[in-house]
Amino acid sequence: MEWLIGRFDLSYLPSDPITMGAAIGMPLILIAIVAALTYFKKWKWLWTEWITTVDAKKIGIMYAIVAIIMLIRGGADALMLRASTAVSGPGGTQLFETDTFQQVFTAHGTIMIFFVAMGLMFALFNIAVPLMIGARDVAFPFLNSMSFWLFFAGMILVNASLVVGGFSNGGWLGYPPLTELQYNPGPGVDYWIWSLQIAGIGSLLSGVNFFVTIVKCRAKGMKLMKMPIFVWSVFVTTVLIMISFPMLTASLGMLSLDRLAGMHFFTSDAGGNPMMYINLIWAWGHPEVYILVMPAFGIFSEVVATFARKRLFGYKTMVWALIAIMFFSFVVWQHHFFTMGAGANVNAFFGIMTMVIAIPTGVKLFNWIFTMYKGKIDFKAPMVWFMCFAVTFTIGGVTGVLMSIPAIDFQVHNSMFLVAHFHNVIIGGVIFGYLAGLTYWFPKLFGFRLHDRLGRWSAYFWMVGFMLAFMPLYALGLMGAVRRLDHYDDPAWIPFFVVSAVGVVVIGIGLGLFILQIFYSVWKRKTLRDTTGDPWNGRTLEWSVPSPAPHYNFAIEPTVSRIDEWWYQKQDGVSVPKDKDYKDIVLPKNTSLGFLIGMAALALGVGLIWHIWWLVIVSFVGLVLFVIRRSMDDFTEHTLPAGEVMRMDREARGI
Amino acid sequence: MITALVLLGVILLRGVHFDILQPAGDIARQQRDLMVIVLSLIGIVVVPIFIMLGWFAWRYREGNHKSKKDDYKPEWHENTLLEVLWWGIPIAIIAVLAVIAWQTSHSLDPYKKIESNTATIEVQVVALQWKWLFIYPQLGVATVNKLPIPEKTPIHFTISADAPMSSFWVPTLGSQIYAMNGMSSQLSLIADRTGEFAGVSSNINGKGYSDMKFTVYSQTDADFKAWVASAQQSANMMDDKTYARLATPGLADETSYMLMDNMLYDKVVNKYMHGMSHGDSTGGTHVMPDGSMMKNSDVQTMEGM
Repeated sequence: MEWLIGRFDLSYLPSDPITMGAAIGMPLILIAIVAALTYFKKWKWLWTEWITTVDAKKIGIMYAIVAIIMLIRGGADALMLRASTAVSGPGGTQLFETDTFQQVFTAHGTIMIFFVAMGLMFALFNIAVPLMIGARDVAFPFLNSMSFWLFFAGMILVNASLVVGGFSNGGWLGYPPLTELQYNPGPGVDYWIWSLQIAGIGSLLSGVNFFVTIVKCRAKGMKLMKMPIFVWSVFVTTVLIMISFPMLTASLGMLSLDRLAGMHFFTSDAGGNPMMYINLIWAWGHPEVYILVMPAFGIFSEVVATFARKRLFGYKTMVWALIAIMFFSFVVWQHHFFTMGAGANVNAFFGIMTMVIAIPTGVKLFNWIFTMYKGKIDFKAPMVWFMCFAVTFTIGGVTGVLMSIPAIDFQVHNSMFLVAHFHNVIIGGVIFGYLAGLTYWFPKLFGFRLHDRLGRWSAYFWMVGFMLAFMPLYALGLMGAVRRLDHYDDPAWIPFFVVSAVGVVVIGIGLGLFILQIFYSVWKRKTLRDTTGDPWNGRTLEWSVPSPAPHYNFAIEPTVSRIDEWWYQKQDGVSVPKDKDYKDIVLPKNTSLGFLIGMAALALGVGLIWHIWWLVIVSFVGLVLFVIRRSMDDFTEHTLPAGEVMRMDREARGI
Repeated sequence: MITALVLLGVILLRGVHFDILQPAGDIARQQRDLMVIVLSLIGIVVVPIFIMLGWFAWRYREGNHKSKKDDYKPEWHENTLLEVLWWGIPIAIIAVLAVIAWQTSHSLDPYKKIESNTATIEVQVVALQWKWLFIYPQLGVATVNKLPIPEKTPIHFTISADAPMSSFWVPTLGSQIYAMNGMSSQLSLIADRTGEFAGVSSNINGKGYSDMKFTVYSQTDADFKAWVASAQQSANMMDDKTYARLATPGLADETSYMLMDNMLYDKVVNKYMHGMSHGDSTGGTHVMPDGSMMKNSDVQTMEGM
């Protein structure tokens, strides 16, 4: 049997109630979805409209759906962790076994970074970038579809581990030697490795795709220094992705060679060096933090200018600040392990580089604040998210600078203080930013706005919940509480952990309101309809096309002569296009190969995790054949005739 | 409302000890003071940010009836003076912080020995799954999960592991440092007063992570000497056999031992060294072949990383 199912046996099926629940629940949900699709005869629709699509906007929507579902999953993990620590003090009981607890925090970190933050980020890239630069699509539409399906495959692997075999218990970055065979022989670490490896390659390819898109596909006249700031933020982010993600791939690759082929890159013995892994993974990991947060900076630059009805203050400064952050983000990684003992000079260098990044980041805050100055600020939900971000992120910045001093870091490293700090910047910066972005661009995709009051209340709950959940953790850190404890014996800590658990519940309500907002808005879509295509009185090109944006984006390719082109066009008066302005549009054809490659990668991952070698060979050969098949396909595009474009455009504009 | 808040505060803070803000050792005290200085410096930038953020948001909100006609300037987007100001002020503050960071990295370098008239006590630390082994090579004693030390005496730790990476940390005394297989890291601490202080591993290292704790017993010199004398007579012997038992995964109680093998620490470090060229790794090794621990501390930090 071993040749057929590798190292799998029935003992890998779940035994405790939590995972049992997941093991029964997740397949039930799947069955329900399959049944619903069959009953409503939606399979064909799903296949032709979504699975095989190469339209960036639709791919963006799929990223967003996956990421929000994963936000619920990661949030449930967080709730489990804090519920557990609220009652696991002295005299209390642990809700879960230690091993489950450790798997849950590993899954929480992994899912939140790779499948929520990265997912929302690529969602917004896909939704906004082509429209903002006046492009029909991304540079490589097929690659875009393939990246999404690789991301999807990675996501499936993480979640499958909950049901079959268990997840890694080594923390979200999986430091060896704990994650080496010696201490961790089971499939959990392999699940972690291969889900990140597959999703990571998808991210790298997406990075290349959007870099080329921004370099090559901008509208006529849109010089680099005339790009919207969000596009600039994506541009520097893609540079970071292209440079840093290969390091992630290489680090995970070496770790998997240790585990699969008995090599000794990061083992304690036989010449291996686990500390090399810690260096390598953070050489990716620190730029990754900026990969996540810089697009959020970009979103807020658009949001503040739009809702303050004022031109963004200090455009050039913003651009240079982004570029400075891009460079400095590569020379700070060692600050994640001052405590390894690299010596005073090395530590001081990396500490100083770290605080230098605070300068351009602080400058950005001043620029946003002075964009508000003498504006006419409309506090719609995205602007409320900005206010929450500005407060939260600044607090995170303060504690960040504090920890950049090596001598201080020695006293707070790996404590709850650190946990509070990075949630401060990741929730306050990244998540608030992306939720603002989703709210901001939603009408462009669906043709109606999200319900504003629910959106604002979601932000308030997130904000209050955040403070309740994480301010106690700063205090706990100062009391000497370390991270990742499943139980503790200081009674004075109990109330702080309880308040923190309450905070997680409040954040949960905030998330619930955000999701409710989407459903409620779908229900009330008639009253929320955006008939103008420009619901916020926007400044950039995406607001010049009707909502929802047609699949070809622009009926007539726009020309740009200034920053905030659309804002000034509106002041000059927009002319109605004549018949002869419409041209034929060449569009990419849908293809199933992106999906098939993703599924082959998923099978490859399963094979490698469970040591099912025939599956590894079959899926790898399949994957290569799919790629070859695609490269031999010469007819990947179709033409939309000018007359048809004219008809569709006039219909959408109601002319 | 205020009463409720005060009440909540009292309930929350009852019995709370902020180890990092209420230190019991010179290193931790310097680190606490450093935190306060750095926070006040950052405040110079952050307080105006918060004030302006709230003020502008309120003042320039749409529908503010008090606003005058010239209050809305949609095209105002550049001001060299202002931009110079907010590049300049953060740069100045970060410059000051950089100097502070550089100086304190050196003055509070964990590898730096504490100067004192009292002779330094050497302690070798081995992080195991999931217990701490402390070896006092000069005194011929060893302990598990307890660390008796004399007050006002510099303690020099040489730290390694025979387990997944841990981090050795006594928050009340200051600075933590990783405990890594096949490598020796160093740390110097001093306790200003007697007392019992909690010690932990701050890095996850497997199932028993949350229980991998130890207690520092800071004692008067006389009490410490008495303890050493009793431990030297202990029926528990720290030899290869005892070590082998301790090195298997599991928890352990606080115990004192008579040290039977002065080379035990070196053996633990060296067992990972086969086939590895010395000195090229991140950790390197500072263990002298003759086992002399005094020389050990003379080895400088790993600048070449």
